[in-house]
Amino acid sequence: MIDLLYLMSSICFVLALKGLSSADSSCAGNLCGMSGMGIALLAAYLGKQTGNGHLIFWAVVVGGAVGLSIARKVSMTDLPQMIAGFHSLVGLAAVLIACTVYAAPDQFGIDASPDGGWFWRVEMGIGAAIGAITFSGSVIAFLKLQSSYKWYHVHPALNVFITVLLLCSLAGFVLLKNSYSFSLAVLTSFALGTALIMPIGGADMPVIVSLLNSCSGWAAAGIGFTLHNDLLIITGALVGASGAILSRIMCRSMNRTLGNVIFGSCHGSLQKNTDRKDQSFTHGAPEEAAFLLKNATSVIVVPGYGMATSHAQHALREMGEALKKRGISVRYAIHPVAGRMPGHMNVLLAEANVPYEDVFSLDDINREFPSCDVAYVVGANDITNPAAKKDELCAIYGMPILEVEKAKVVLFLKRSMGTGYTGVDNELFYAPNTMMLLGDARETTEAILKVL
Amino acid sequence: MTNLFTETTTHELTVFVLACFVGYYVVWRVTPALHAPLMSVTNAVSSVIIIGAFFSVAQTGTARICGSVAIALAAVNIFGGFAITHRMLNMFHKNR
Repeated sequence: MIDLLYLMSSICFVLALKGLSSADSSCAGNLCGMSGMGIALLAAYLGKQTGNGHLIFWAVVVGGAVGLSIARKVSMTDLPQMIAGFHSLVGLAAVLIACTVYAAPDQFGIDASPDGGWFWRVEMGIGAAIGAITFSGSVIAFLKLQSSYKWYHVHPALNVFITVLLLCSLAGFVLLKNSYSFSLAVLTSFALGTALIMPIGGADMPVIVSLLNSCSGWAAAGIGFTLHNDLLIITGALVGASGAILSRIMCRSMNRTLGNVIFGSCHGSLQKNTDRKDQSFTHGAPEEAAFLLKNATSVIVVPGYGMATSHAQHALREMGEALKKRGISVRYAIHPVAGRMPGHMNVLLAEANVPYEDVFSLDDINREFPSCDVAYVVGANDITNPAAKKDELCAIYGMPILEVEKAKVVLFLKRSMGTGYTGVDNELFYAPNTMMLLGDARETTEAILKVL
Repeated sequence: MTNLFTETTTHELTVFVLACFVGYYVVWRVTPALHAPLMSVTNAVSSVIIIGAFFSVAQTGTARICGSVAIALAAVNIFGGFAITHRMLNMFHKNR
């Protein structure tokens, strides 16, 4: 009976993910997920020797209240750090559960006697280690996203050392059945998570956040193996696969491998930047930009992380509406790695009530740039840099870009003339058809709006 | 090796591998526009480890405290994750 309820709940979880294949079915999918969770909780409660109803009830109430208030208050700009913070909680919960199992294996139906096999130690060790890596890694990611926390260079040898130590302590835990090695394994996993995420910079965050998402799933699956619970295994595998696919999509959109993101540094390009001090660029005023926009027939807006930091999405939508009233077509082009997490820009635009059908992905919009009059780039740099196509030596070579340079006029909203995260110079700034609008993206857009 | 691949372990591995395949094919169909809700909903769903913590609180002493902390942490995730997903999906929905 309990197992059947678990089966129902797994089906609900699969349907919840399936629902996200289109915006229409997504709300129903989320409801499916919620009911799946409800069924799972009910089944677990009715199930084995859970006992202690009061304690469970109050823990759920307190946790639930905190969760709901966070979800209600958080602004969509802060979404990436909230997701990272939530991942850390899953990791910590997995570690805590593994510790309680370790303290009294027989209570969980595990035969811990010498002839009871040693495979449960492997499962539990891996589950606890992944949980601990998820926890400390997500905490570091959270701090970085929350407060431009600096990244420190970690010597690769240190990573290797910690990994070897972790493997040794896991082996010690499995083979020698040594109690210290379990604690050591958990502690080294905490250290490994910290050391791995510490040197990673802001623009690689979409990969890291999805990777941690994947890890939280694998940790849940590890706990499921330990407790012989099929629901946990299924759910963990679903989440793990989902996060892995997202990290793969993100890596592919940067033309980098996962190993390169984690271990390779991306600071500075291989080639020396040409000295651009003498080169002139066109510095525009909001009035000129407004004039160009008014006389266009088609405008494509390219948002980047700068839109999120300056909260420019509402001003952008108003500008889009003002242009549409004049019969100008306004579309939005979104690069997969724009922002700090997958789909970040889409959520921000949806928050500002930008119509869903005006938002296009990289593959769909790229052929439209040659026929467009104005490309309006808001705080995006590397994802538009033509060097990715031509310059084999630059750090972002091969990365698919939004081909804004093919538009008749490019309006570049940027805080300063500095290079992007990768440090690669963007020749687009100095192109004859580019106008730079330096300053806060929201203020500039609002100024343009006033003129319109 | 005989006690490594017991019947339970083989069964669990089967379930795990098949679930990975299901996840793989389902998630590739998710539209890129909904990747952010996908992350928050998978985050909520992975908190199903709360049922592991349900068994922990049945014990005594430190294990019980650890168990209740784990339940509270997972509950933050479950409620927070589903609520934020709901909020996001509503935004996408009203703009259609």
